[in-house]
Amino acid sequence: MKYRTVFDIIGPVMIGPSSSHTAGAAKIGRVARTLFGQKPDQADIYFYGSFAKTYRGHGTDVAIIGGVLDFDTFDSRITEALTIAKKENIHVNFHEEEAITDHPNTARVVLTKGEEKMELVGVSIGGGKIEIIELNGFVLRLSGNHPAILVVHNDRYGVIASVSNVLAKYEINIGHMEVSRKERGKEALMVIEVDQNVEESLLIELEKLPNIMKVTKIHD
Amino acid sequence: MFRNVAELVELAESTSKSISEIMIEQEMEVTGRTRTEIKEQMLKNLNVMKAAVERGITEKVRSVSGLTGGDAVLLQEYIKKGNYLSSETVLDAVSKAVATNEVNAAMGTICATPTAGSAGVVPGVLFGMTKKLEPTDEQMVNYLFVAGAFGFVVANNASISGAAGGCQAEVGSATGMAAAALVELAGGTPSQSAEAMAIALKNMLGLVCDPVAGLVEVPCVKRNAIGASIAVVAADMALAGITSRIPCDEVIDAMYKIGQTMPEALRETAQGGLAATPTGRELEAKIYGVSLDKK
Repeated sequence: MKYRTVFDIIGPVMIGPSSSHTAGAAKIGRVARTLFGQKPDQADIYFYGSFAKTYRGHGTDVAIIGGVLDFDTFDSRITEALTIAKKENIHVNFHEEEAITDHPNTARVVLTKGEEKMELVGVSIGGGKIEIIELNGFVLRLSGNHPAILVVHNDRYGVIASVSNVLAKYEINIGHMEVSRKERGKEALMVIEVDQNVEESLLIELEKLPNIMKVTKIHD
Repeated sequence: MFRNVAELVELAESTSKSISEIMIEQEMEVTGRTRTEIKEQMLKNLNVMKAAVERGITEKVRSVSGLTGGDAVLLQEYIKKGNYLSSETVLDAVSKAVATNEVNAAMGTICATPTAGSAGVVPGVLFGMTKKLEPTDEQMVNYLFVAGAFGFVVANNASISGAAGGCQAEVGSATGMAAAALVELAGGTPSQSAEAMAIALKNMLGLVCDPVAGLVEVPCVKRNAIGASIAVVAADMALAGITSRIPCDEVIDAMYKIGQTMPEALRETAQGGLAATPTGRELEAKIYGVSLDKK
């Protein structure tokens, strides 16, 4: 089941004009910002398929930058996002890509600040729902069926156990979990799909664990 | 948990519950939230819809591109003159669907039902009925749960994305959802809701997504308008006892398969259909300074 709750259908409350091209884009931008964890100096946005062809008309550009500025889908500041980004000294570039992707509404977001760089590929699947299919070269299989917690961590023993211990303490059940790394002992990524939405306090607690670099959640 | 319309109707009729009640119970089970929380969130969404309709029928909103705006007000003025040909409820529903989409195109605040491009039909039909049916807030919220239940089935078994399935997946789904919800609001049975959905969606099959300049404006606003009128008529037909020869789930499946075989040019890329007409291209060139297919 791609859609779980009635509010995926009757909702979200959002700034127009398009749930896939505006609200979905804003969500992709916001997940990127949350994962990056700070205001970037530069945001490079690569649009594919329908996004590449129609982004200006749908305000996809404004929306995705609104997300990068940490605005929610219903935040009316979205309409001014490009101006606000400029004021906040975030350098924004849009790139229209020719490559054919599996889903027509795909965007690659690259955020940089000094030496730090993060790359994420998101897909807007309709009705404002999104899926993240790639993060920093890690291929994700985040179906979007369930709320999910993303944990970027160092590839060390005990990290997975400590994360799942915290989840157990909060009585959060894990529906699906994936751990991937690029190289032994380097950066790794944990993707945890859970049954219910998790509280902010749980994320904060996870972040305090040793060897954890970043924690974020997607899908309310 | 229901996976299709047949299960939804069976679940409702075997337990003598309304479809809205089945949807609320499922939501409680899936999310672990309380009935009160769920109903309050839906009431909030209802109030967003109400505000968008109010704004659209009183204020001559204009989109950034200037392509749409002000038609909801025109239709309200026309209704007041009393010389209409269809009916007051149909036209009121139509004008309120238009109002919502005009506000959406102007980057105003709306509630997606199921998407922003198709956000007009569901609230349009609902607020078009307020004079005739005088629903309470509770009944209006329940109407949205019925619409949500049918939309839930479409979204999980087919698609609600114009880029994936064409306009039939967006305004088509919304029209079916509104027809089904209106049946319950008017006192019909769960199976009549399913018939209304089937009748409405059948008449939206094959509808392509061909927005001029790629904007959610032309023809989206007017497709929501006519979608609202189809929803009202389909609900009337189902309440009269008319059934669809093709069961609702099979209509949804047909819609999905049509979407899969639809050329990309007709799936929200602004490359075919109305977007590719001489006037469509002219408007596009005016808005962007250059035509999309020449970029």
